[in-house]
Amino acid sequence: MHVKQVSIFLENKKGRLLDALKALAKAKINIRALSVADTADYGILRMIVSDVPRAKAALESAGFTVKETEVIAIAVSDQPGGLAKILEVLNNAGLNVEYVYAFAEKHENDAIVVLRTENIELGIKTLTNAKVKILEPKKVYSI
Amino acid sequence: MTDKLIWNPKAECMLLKERERLQLDRLQHIVKYAYENIAYYKKSFDAAGVKPSDIKSLKDIVKLPFTSKEDLRSAYPFGMFAVPHEEILEIHTSSGTTGRPVVVGYTAGDLELWGEVMARALSMAGTTKADWVQNAYGYGLFTGGLGVHYGARKIGANIVPISAGNTKRQLEIIKDFGTTILTCTPSYTLYLAEVAGEEGIDLKKCKLRAGVFGAEMWTEKMREEIEKRLHLSALNIYGLTEIIGPGVSQECMEKAGLHLQEDHFFPEVISPDSLVPVEEAHKGELVLTTLTREGTPMIRFRTKDITALNHGICKCGRTTVKMDRITGRSDDMMKIRGVIVFPSQIEKALLEIPGIEPHYKIIITRPHQLDELEVQVETSKKMFSDEIRHIEEMKNNIESHVERAIGIRIKVALVEPKSIQRSEGKARRVFDMRNMK
Repeated sequence: MHVKQVSIFLENKKGRLLDALKALAKAKINIRALSVADTADYGILRMIVSDVPRAKAALESAGFTVKETEVIAIAVSDQPGGLAKILEVLNNAGLNVEYVYAFAEKHENDAIVVLRTENIELGIKTLTNAKVKILEPKKVYSI
Repeated sequence: MTDKLIWNPKAECMLLKERERLQLDRLQHIVKYAYENIAYYKKSFDAAGVKPSDIKSLKDIVKLPFTSKEDLRSAYPFGMFAVPHEEILEIHTSSGTTGRPVVVGYTAGDLELWGEVMARALSMAGTTKADWVQNAYGYGLFTGGLGVHYGARKIGANIVPISAGNTKRQLEIIKDFGTTILTCTPSYTLYLAEVAGEEGIDLKKCKLRAGVFGAEMWTEKMREEIEKRLHLSALNIYGLTEIIGPGVSQECMEKAGLHLQEDHFFPEVISPDSLVPVEEAHKGELVLTTLTREGTPMIRFRTKDITALNHGICKCGRTTVKMDRITGRSDDMMKIRGVIVFPSQIEKALLEIPGIEPHYKIIITRPHQLDELEVQVETSKKMFSDEIRHIEEMKNNIESHVERAIGIRIKVALVEPKSIQRSEGKARRVFDMRNMK
C-alpha cells in the first residue's frame, strides 16, 4: 500500500528544476505526478515516477540530495466534494495531512491523489476502514 | 613505538634553564646581525632608541620594535636580505593575495635548519625511513611543499612529491603505493575523502596512519571529522613564510598543543590592542623572532595569529613550549554589528550539529546599514526531509546553535550538496561583501 515518492532539495538558483527534469529525461524516467513546495530560499520537488531506483540514481549522479518517502495514493471520485469527504475522515481520526497533490491523469474515471499523513500506517488503516480506494504501488507507477 | 619518536632529543627535551641560556645567546647574536646587515632594522632600532647591546636578558626583547607584514612588503623585493645574493640558494614568497608578496631568502644554513625543524615535525607524526610520505602541499613559491619535502628527506622517508591537486591520482597513490603519512591542508583531506567515496575507494582499507595538516585554520571538530573519514591521526602543523614556512610548531601524538621549536624561533604572545605581553596561557597575538635565520632574519614579527603559550613538560617527553591551535587572526577577525567573531567559532558551532557537512561559506553583507551574517551550509542526505517543516526546524536549530556560540543572530542558507567550492590548498570561507558597494 505504500507508494514510494522521490523528493529532492532544490536550491533557489536559476535552472535547477530544469536540471533535475533533464536528468530524469535522460534516464528515460516518466514523471507520473509532481508538486513543488517552495520557500524564499529553496524548494522541494516531490514526484511519483515510473521507476524509483533508477530515478534516484539519475538524480543522485546529477548531484541532487534525494529522499525516498512513503506516501498514500488514493482514488477520489471526480466530483465536487470528493476529496473533502476523504480529508474529513482523516480529520475526524485526528490525523494531520502533511501535504497533498494530484495526478494529471485519471484512473478508471477517478482522480488520483497523493497524500502524506503524519502517521502513515494509521493513515492507511483509517482510510481503509472508511472504504477509501487505496491504489497499489505497482498500479500507481504505471498510470 | 613510532608514537614516541623524537627527532632531536637534545634540542627538544632540553632543560628550561639551559634552553633559555641558548636562546639568549642566539637572540643577542641575531639582533646584532640584523642591525648590522639590514638597513630596515638599523633604521627602526635607531628610531626606537635601542641598540643591540641593550639586550641583556630574554625579557629585554620587548625593547625592540615590532616588524609587520607591511614593513616586509615595503622592503619588496630584497630589502630584508642580510646576505648577498651569492649566498642565497632559494626564494619563497607569501601568496600576495592582499598586496605585494613578501620575499624571503634561504641560505644553505637556512635550508638545513628548515629540514631539521620539519624532520622534528614529521617525527612527531611518527614518520620514519620506512614511511611513504605523500606530500600534497603545493610545490613552488608556497613554502608548504618544499618544507615538508626537506624534512621527509632528512628523515630518509619515501617521498611522493605529488604536490596539490589531481585528486583521483592522489587516491590511486594512497591505495596502490600504501601511503602511510599524508601532508596537505585540512580542507583538502575532506575533499579527498569525498572523492574516495565517489570512486569507491575504502580509505579504511588503505594504510594511512597519520597526517600533518596545516596552512589554514581548523578546529577540534574538524579533526574528529578528518580522523573519522580518513582513518588516520590528524596532527596540526604551523608555520609561516615570513619565519621559515611550515615547521615552526607541530603537534605530537598527545594532540594537546603544538610544540614550538624554541631553540630556533622565539615566541611571545601580546595583546593586539595594547601590544603588551599577555600572561602565560592567555590568548593573544603570536610574535616570533627567528634566532638562527641567516638569509632573512625576523625580529619580533607580528604574525596576526591568535594563540596562547603553555610551558611545561609534555607527556611525550618534550620540554618545548606548546602553543594552542590558532583560533583566529587579529586581522581576519570579523566585526559584526560591533561584536567580534572569528570564523573558527562558527566552524566549531556548525560541526557540533550532527549531520552537518564540514563545508561552509560565511558571507557578510550590510543591506540596510546593519551587518548581516549568512552562513551557507550544504544539505546532506541526513538532514534533508521532504517536509518544509522539518527543514525549517533544522535551519532554526543551526541558527540558534551558532547564535549561542557567537552571540549574534545569523541567517542560515541551505545550499545543494557539493555546491560549495572545494579547495585543494587554502580554503577561502569568509566573503566580506560590505566594502564592495
